[in-house]
Amino acid sequence: MPKDSGIGASSKRREDVRFLTGRGRYTADIQLHGQTYAAFARSIHAHARIVSIDTSAAEAMEGVLAVFTGADFAAVGGNPAGWLIQSRNGEAMKEPKRPVLAHGKVRHVGDAYAAVIAETPEIARSAVEALDVVFEELPAIVDMAAAVADSTNRVHDEISDNICYDWGWIEDNRAAVDAAFKAAPHVTSLKLINNRLVPNAMEPRASIGVYDPGTEDYKLYTTSQNPHLTRLLIAAFVMGIPEHKLNVIAPDVGGGFGSKIYHYGEEALVLAASRRIGRPVKWVADRSESFLTDAHGRDHVTTIELATDKQGNFLALRTETLANVGAYLSNFATVTPTFLHGTLMAGPYKTPLVYVNVKTVFTNTAPVDAYRGAGRPEATYSIERVVDKMCRELGLDPVAVRRQNFIQPDQFPYQTPVGLVYDTGNYGATLDKLMTLGNVSGFESRRAKSAENGKLRGFGLSTWVEACGIAPSALVGALGARVGLYDAATVRVNPTGNISVMVGAHSHGQGHETVFAQIVADKLGIPEANIDIVHGDTSKIPFGMGSYGSRSLAVCGSAMDKALDKVIAKGKKIAAHMLEAAEGDIIFADGKFSVTGTDKAKTFGEIAFSAYVPHNYPLATLEPGLEETAFYDPANFTYPAGAYGCEVEIDPDTGRVEVVSFTCADDFGNVMNPMIVEGQVHGGVAQGIGQALLEGCTYDDNGQLLSGSYMDYTMPRADDLPMYTVDHSCITPCTHNPLGVKGCGEAGAIGSPPAVVNAVIDALQRGGHTRITHIDMPLTPSRVWAAINA
Amino acid sequence: MTKVTVIVNGKSVSRDVEARMLLSSFLRDGLGMTGTHIGCDTSQCGACVVHVDGMAVKSCSIFALDVAGAQVKTIEGMANADGSLGLIQQAFQDHHGLQCGFCTPGMVMTTAALLADNPKPTEAEVRHHLEGNICRCTGYHNIVKAVLAASGQDIPAVAAE
Amino acid sequence: MYNFDFVKPGNIADAAKALATDGAQALSGGQTLVPTMKQRLASPSVLVSLTGIPEMKGVCMADDGVSIGAATIHQTVATDAAKYYPALAKLAGGIGDPAVRNRGTLGGSLANNDPSACYPSAVLGSGATVHTNKRKIKADDYFQGMFTTALKDGEFITSVTFPVPQRAAYVKFDQPASRFALTAVFVAKYADGVRVAVTGAAENGVFRWTEAEAALTANFAASAIANLTVPSKGMISDLHGTSAYRANLVKVLTGRAVTAA
Repeated sequence: MPKDSGIGASSKRREDVRFLTGRGRYTADIQLHGQTYAAFARSIHAHARIVSIDTSAAEAMEGVLAVFTGADFAAVGGNPAGWLIQSRNGEAMKEPKRPVLAHGKVRHVGDAYAAVIAETPEIARSAVEALDVVFEELPAIVDMAAAVADSTNRVHDEISDNICYDWGWIEDNRAAVDAAFKAAPHVTSLKLINNRLVPNAMEPRASIGVYDPGTEDYKLYTTSQNPHLTRLLIAAFVMGIPEHKLNVIAPDVGGGFGSKIYHYGEEALVLAASRRIGRPVKWVADRSESFLTDAHGRDHVTTIELATDKQGNFLALRTETLANVGAYLSNFATVTPTFLHGTLMAGPYKTPLVYVNVKTVFTNTAPVDAYRGAGRPEATYSIERVVDKMCRELGLDPVAVRRQNFIQPDQFPYQTPVGLVYDTGNYGATLDKLMTLGNVSGFESRRAKSAENGKLRGFGLSTWVEACGIAPSALVGALGARVGLYDAATVRVNPTGNISVMVGAHSHGQGHETVFAQIVADKLGIPEANIDIVHGDTSKIPFGMGSYGSRSLAVCGSAMDKALDKVIAKGKKIAAHMLEAAEGDIIFADGKFSVTGTDKAKTFGEIAFSAYVPHNYPLATLEPGLEETAFYDPANFTYPAGAYGCEVEIDPDTGRVEVVSFTCADDFGNVMNPMIVEGQVHGGVAQGIGQALLEGCTYDDNGQLLSGSYMDYTMPRADDLPMYTVDHSCITPCTHNPLGVKGCGEAGAIGSPPAVVNAVIDALQRGGHTRITHIDMPLTPSRVWAAINA
Repeated sequence: MTKVTVIVNGKSVSRDVEARMLLSSFLRDGLGMTGTHIGCDTSQCGACVVHVDGMAVKSCSIFALDVAGAQVKTIEGMANADGSLGLIQQAFQDHHGLQCGFCTPGMVMTTAALLADNPKPTEAEVRHHLEGNICRCTGYHNIVKAVLAASGQDIPAVAAE
Repeated sequence: MYNFDFVKPGNIADAAKALATDGAQALSGGQTLVPTMKQRLASPSVLVSLTGIPEMKGVCMADDGVSIGAATIHQTVATDAAKYYPALAKLAGGIGDPAVRNRGTLGGSLANNDPSACYPSAVLGSGATVHTNKRKIKADDYFQGMFTTALKDGEFITSVTFPVPQRAAYVKFDQPASRFALTAVFVAKYADGVRVAVTGAAENGVFRWTEAEAALTANFAASAIANLTVPSKGMISDLHGTSAYRANLVKVLTGRAVTAA
């Protein structure tokens, strides 16, 4: 029977009430006394030298308070890359400075080179128009292959080949992989593009900087997934503001999907400007600015080869990828195509030999970084597409081939050839579940029915594994991370027995305020309503690393669990004192501390009250108070896995693809709130279907963004998508975190694109178009029609 | 500056505004009613949908002066008189029809207009009617369920997990 | 957006007067103009709202066809024109999205003449008459290339009269992002012949596919155009479809419109 509260219950979300009544408080909603407005001058050229900027006319305008250019920030630091990657030859990656405002050169359309602070947004914008700037245009570097080939045209003058690094994983395995390919009975190869996407959280980025000249404190309200990380970057690298003098607040945040992990120059600018003019400075992006300047996602060009025997057993896998990082290194840009991508290239399979090569390339385009899934969708897409192609070439059943290559349940923990140790899983179980739930055996009759209506129907499959809960500091440190990736929580039991939990994770749609409270309620045996989850304010929460990489529950939730253990331990001490018993005889259950074998007990509330009214405490051995903090640094990643099936119908006359059903069988380990887990999968799948069929971020040869608004960038809408069938009943609990959870935020976006594309190719093949073995995403009607009519 | 009077959620309010002030800014900046959100600048995303004289419109594409004297209803006016969630709002909470909450006010206002015109829409009609409201979080599944539930209909088996 | 003076006349004569001033610009539903002004790509000094003129609103049956006021919103056309001219009502009910249909107007759409807008195909496909504050303009003379019309400075549309065909249908293939027409075809069969108007496809905006009109006048069946080909020269090629693709859609959608009519 479903529970009605605590772990495993579909508790309704408490945060919904404010969102549904218009009382959410997003950064743009905040109005501060005396606030002023920033507007940015953004390059219309993809690549140009800044010859001169004359700010005098702008500065003279009524209502203009200050004008900044890149020169104002030449002396301060740059926004750093969070991960140092080494090239195959042992050299460190190239890391150009990313300034607050462009200085010397602009490097992509939208690159900010000046900013105006004014009394109103309209005056600020007019003053931007009044800036007199002279550019010397340079040839735009847009295509990655061309960027690598032409060493005379450089995004950064000091980087001769436009390559950030040339990474091999694992370099020592390369010779063995090559040898296996030479000897292989069959090799399937495929060149594919993982299309560039724009994250498009519905709330555009916004920041308000506030400087208090009396205390010399700074405050930054900003649209961030990780306020502490933002504070650290601004303090330690970009601005040199002492960390203790900077308070970063990420209030309600309207979605992130990765794009709000990173520190952006606008955040530094509003702080510097507030300091200069002594008033709050607010900036709210319009959607056009978001398209030009939010970190984009994906953008890989990959050649993948799979060596097999004639029965479809995988012998070796090899890939070569060009990954676009855009004009500057965004904070996680260097790790996304490497350790979040290359290490996943074994997938759920026991492929014995794998080698991955990634060259990361600078271009005159917006920075590219982690977007929902981050590297793992790229890996999964490459693997699942080439597996499907191989099955077709050898005339094998794609279901059976996947099954025969799965790592088997008795093989865990499983050391992959690309560096990860999967702790647990049962890939056959999720595939079985999919076959039943998706009624795969009934496909043929559905196909026949579609054919009667002139439609081509196809079925596509994707079986995948991902690495989540990005964390183990020792592991990521060894791989080049410049930060630790633990998380933290403080459980503060108030004197009246209710509880405030301060967490390092940040909720921007995930529902932490509800789920985290469920876990606390379950563990302490008190009602969910008596628990408040506090997040998003560095002055309140312990130093945690925020939310991304499906890590909140697995890492921060585990920290909270650990802190709760400490609270219970402390409570036992207090109970032992109050009940005059030995601490070892105290047991805690159902919200009560009792002496084992007796009816002597104190409620949780009595213990809490006593902790703050310690009239007779033995202070030498028992401190007052009931508040505990824990940091949790896990032993390993978590490894959610699943099997996704997609059915499509194609109108052959127009090439239009309709997703008619989508079925997900996931293993997320233990599930805390099924309603929220299902919602996460729905959203991820929608983004995956969007990538597969609709969304494509396109620059022209001059580096102009062609898909720069909702008029041209196709956001999935309600009538583009089906109802999804989702299941999470296959459970292999994570073996190394206390909750046994794995993470569910990115799965949908990781597993779905290859299922959709495999379904389209299947439909075309079954429809007699046997020449068509691949179409690059997004599979727009025009592209599908062109493939049919080639 | 021109004085404009609008009846917002049943209350008459007057402000001096510039001609270029949009209804969305009038609500957000003028009245401090920040439940109406701005998610794009091309009249596409629907986060700013409010009702003007009973019709759902995008408040980011209408000048405040153009709705002088009109009845405007916003998300702040959708709760029951006692402050509890209204029928549609409650359905969105019950069916997890929102995540980050940013598109939600527009979704609720669009849904209210749909159900006023078409009290028992089909799933396809719901999806078609929501085409001017973009959500990036939910994949629409639970929004569609919430709208069907708010219409008092059994949610089709296909929508049930 | 730059500031401007705002006037909202209550009748056509006052509107004409207001629009005669320098830098004046008509505002109807504003669904295109307002976003353009936000981007500071238009800077009228006076904006003349045409939405407060009762004589420019509504749908009625006249001697020479269905007459629709220029300031009538799409939603009203979708409901009130259904009994007179179902294909036209269906077109109006598919423009943009519900909130856009509650603001956008017939006159605004025609004055803008976006090459991907729906209404121009109905006007051209029906051989409608565009009434302005100064004169009547035949549909065949009105559309003069993308974003270009026969309207002169100070002239604005007051109503449009659509002769009602025996059979008609509009089939639209959405541009998936904007929901404008990637290509759409309006087919109308009159006693004296068939008209086929295509929007969304051509670089010069809405056009009549005269070969199809001839074939369909002879035989109003989808099969009648089976042997025709649409050249891709002059068709729009962009992110969403190549010119060859649009040329294909013209034929496919024409066939579907004939079947649906």
